[in-house]
Amino acid sequence: MKFKDIATVLNATVLCGTDKLDDEVEMGYSSDLMSDVLTLDTDNLVLLTGLVNLQAIRTAEMADIRVIVFVRNKKANQSMLDLAHQNGMCILESPYSLFKSSGLLFQAGLKPIY
Amino acid sequence: MGRLFILKLTYNIQGGDFTHAGHPSSEVKKVLKQLDIDGKTIKNIVIALYEAEVNVVAHAWKGIVSVEIEENKITIWVTDEGPGIADIELAMQAGYSTASKEVREMGFGAGMGLPNMKKNTDELQIESEVGKGTKVKMVNYFS
Repeated sequence: MKFKDIATVLNATVLCGTDKLDDEVEMGYSSDLMSDVLTLDTDNLVLLTGLVNLQAIRTAEMADIRVIVFVRNKKANQSMLDLAHQNGMCILESPYSLFKSSGLLFQAGLKPIY
Repeated sequence: MGRLFILKLTYNIQGGDFTHAGHPSSEVKKVLKQLDIDGKTIKNIVIALYEAEVNVVAHAWKGIVSVEIEENKITIWVTDEGPGIADIELAMQAGYSTASKEVREMGFGAGMGLPNMKKNTDELQIESEVGKGTKVKMVNYFS
């Protein structure tokens, strides 16, 4: 699924990485626990999280995750966006809950990792 | 003949400073990319280092990351001054954690760090003295 389609499905605002919207991922992972994100063996995924801090971006950086959706209308701050920009990531903000966001993307064809 | 070292890097870590946690891992990632190490190996190395950094930030007072990159491998030492680990075998078990509420709020502290460091490294050694600190040595070979 293209990043721009993820944004459409989730009614999300694109905060960073507008040049990446035609990039694609096959899978999705929803978690507020970065420890679990760091155990994943794939990086072909969009990370959905309500954990909005610098470590969410750092975790994505280390795990080679290229797109993050912050759910529940949480707002990323400028230092998070700067770090995301440096790493060439796409950052989206959705007003929907983690459950609703995950459900909509699953319905739209995004696969689970397990 | 001595071994041919390509590169040595050193970084400081401050206990409790979650803002800068991940900076050394980020720098090491850039260097490894420049050296054209394969992506999967880089990911293993930086995830293990990042987990180690988070451990120092979460539990210790301060620490040092020392990196030695040779032709065929990378060796990373993460040495901290901190409370130490009383039972390393127990700490290696997935789910065992002594992390504070603040650390958990940062998205960590689920007791996954040490097992994940083991998973992502070719060699992992942990030495610790209660009340003094912990020394972690991680080795990854380049494929």
